[in-house]
Amino acid sequence: MALGHLVSPATVAKTPSGIAGFDQITGGGLPQGRATLVCGGPGSGKTIFAIEFLVRGAELGEPGVFITFEESALDLTLNVASLGFDLARLQQQKLLALDYVHLDPAEIEEAGGYSLDGLFVRLAHALDSVGAKRVAIDTLEVLFSTLKDDSVVRAETHRLFRFLKERGVTAVVTAEAGTGSLTRQGLEEYVSDCVVLLGQSVSDQSATRFLRVVKYRGSSHGTNEYPFLIDDCGFSVVPATSLQLDYQVSVDRISSGIPSLDAMLSGNGFFRTSTILVSGAAGCGKSILAAHLANATCERGERCMLFAFEESPSQIVRNMRSVGLDLLKWQEQGLLELRATRPILYGPEMQLVSMHKAILEFKPQTVILDPISSFMSAGTAHQIKAMLVRLFDWLKTQQITGLVTYLTTPASREETDIGISSLIDTWIEVRDLEVAGERNRALYLLKSRGMSHSNQVRELLISDAGVSLADVYSSPDGVLIGSAKLAEIRRRAREEHANAVDVARSDRLLQLKRETVEAQIAALRAEYAAHEEEVQRRLRSSHESAEAARFDREALSRLRTDLGNRNSSSNGGRA
Amino acid sequence: MTDNPFRTKTPRPFSARTPPVQPDDAERWNLRLYVAGETPKCVQAFQHLKQICEEHLQGRYSIEVIDLLKNPTLAQGDQIIAIPTLVRKLPPPVKKIIGDLTNTERVVVGLNLIPIRPETRRAK
Repeated sequence: MALGHLVSPATVAKTPSGIAGFDQITGGGLPQGRATLVCGGPGSGKTIFAIEFLVRGAELGEPGVFITFEESALDLTLNVASLGFDLARLQQQKLLALDYVHLDPAEIEEAGGYSLDGLFVRLAHALDSVGAKRVAIDTLEVLFSTLKDDSVVRAETHRLFRFLKERGVTAVVTAEAGTGSLTRQGLEEYVSDCVVLLGQSVSDQSATRFLRVVKYRGSSHGTNEYPFLIDDCGFSVVPATSLQLDYQVSVDRISSGIPSLDAMLSGNGFFRTSTILVSGAAGCGKSILAAHLANATCERGERCMLFAFEESPSQIVRNMRSVGLDLLKWQEQGLLELRATRPILYGPEMQLVSMHKAILEFKPQTVILDPISSFMSAGTAHQIKAMLVRLFDWLKTQQITGLVTYLTTPASREETDIGISSLIDTWIEVRDLEVAGERNRALYLLKSRGMSHSNQVRELLISDAGVSLADVYSSPDGVLIGSAKLAEIRRRAREEHANAVDVARSDRLLQLKRETVEAQIAALRAEYAAHEEEVQRRLRSSHESAEAARFDREALSRLRTDLGNRNSSSNGGRA
Repeated sequence: MTDNPFRTKTPRPFSARTPPVQPDDAERWNLRLYVAGETPKCVQAFQHLKQICEEHLQGRYSIEVIDLLKNPTLAQGDQIIAIPTLVRKLPPPVKKIIGDLTNTERVVVGLNLIPIRPETRRAK
């Protein structure tokens, strides 16, 4: 997987342990035909490692022998039944031989020299009875505490490892961790091929199991402390630290489940396989946004897994019903899986391993973590960041879209305490705006890599029909939202109405004025027309009288000429 | 099997209940010696055991020698890991003594033979 590049092609033949994740760390498993020392403190999982090695071997058709010094065959069978291992059936199928070597120091007296041939006889017999290829011995050190003659035990231990090698079986030998050395009895001196250390680290009251390959002769291997989990399926190791950034990205877009939010994200929603952060203060609707994505995922017929750290599954289903999301339906159809845990229950690493495992089992296309801020109680910021980096990286390599919510405090707004913002592709911030005695929710996009996105603040409206985003009003006093926005809307409406009334009145006044002016113009025109008529009448009459006078004169002159010819004195007397 | 060291060193077959049970002492001793082949340690252990029994339990014991190379499955029953191992089956409780039994005192103490020790000393 992620470690593939770390491990060079195997030069040592390897036997797959079958333990999830371990074979990736070691590039194939345990050294074949050799012994591997598994050491660790009490309760570190040595026995389970050993038994799982045999059970997985049996599944691969390699019979095994389990020599136990600590638990009776019956106890062991019952104990590992809870991990899903049916030892009785494997024994019937001749895939497993169990031999419980019971040593009671009170019963044994030593009188003279001896060898451990009895053990060898039993081991050889067990190996032959099933044709074993694998052997596990748990815990050889009991010999040291039971038998007084240390030199004999050491010599015989040496002989035992030689014997195992000669038989060509792949062996797992467990040993108690010692102080200052790997094992209490220095067994690491005898086993030189592969040494695996199991341990538990406790910080802030939460324990993390880890596994480390201390030594692997002839092979490179991952050297970190890998967290692991023991649950009802046995061991799982997570080699989740990917050193590469070479995952495939998708240009596919998926809906956020809220059309108006999709519109803000250049109209198409999130990129598939991206990592989305929804941050905000308490009660801003982060979980509701997450549930919408879950709903949208299921609507596409894809699977969604929601890890809830603060609410129980039934509580989520009930709460989301109040905003019109029927998550129960998706649960019943097997498209939605809700897992609720308290982060404090495990350390962050264990949480990661368990999520890892759950995701591999359910194979969702979308994973939601709500909220990751609750991890803060389970570890240091550094631990949590490391864990989240690995989780996000891994989700990307698995082509899974991830959405996480983060509860911010007023002081940490726009910045997560654990500094994961740089890992995030799309960051949505929801915040509450307190204006005029009420709290309202506002949403905006802090960033969204690889797409144009809206820079607008939107009001997040939550109703029983779901979530929608509305434009907010800006005014000289700032952004208006909620009832202040409504008041502003009404104020503007009133203003507009008043304006309209005003305009209409002015119109009317103008009309009147125009009418008046026009009337006046008409009157003036009428007056002018009358005047003009009068003037023309006078001109006409004066012209007529001039004409008449001229006519008279001409007529007279004509008369006078006539008279002059006859009576010139009468013409002169008339003029 | 003629050169069986366990046989040659003792006149009586060791696995048979040859020593007759003494009627006055009802406590009968049933001992088992686990060996793996005829190694010097095993032969030595048998010899020592024989000697000690003759000394302390004359006529009240039986010794069964089990060779694990021939019967490997028998090792599990008595939880044998060391060779040689002497198991006191009777009288209870079960006692185990490992080693070639060269340390006679340890054997005597380990088998709880002490009560009759003073007599044996006198007999000597």
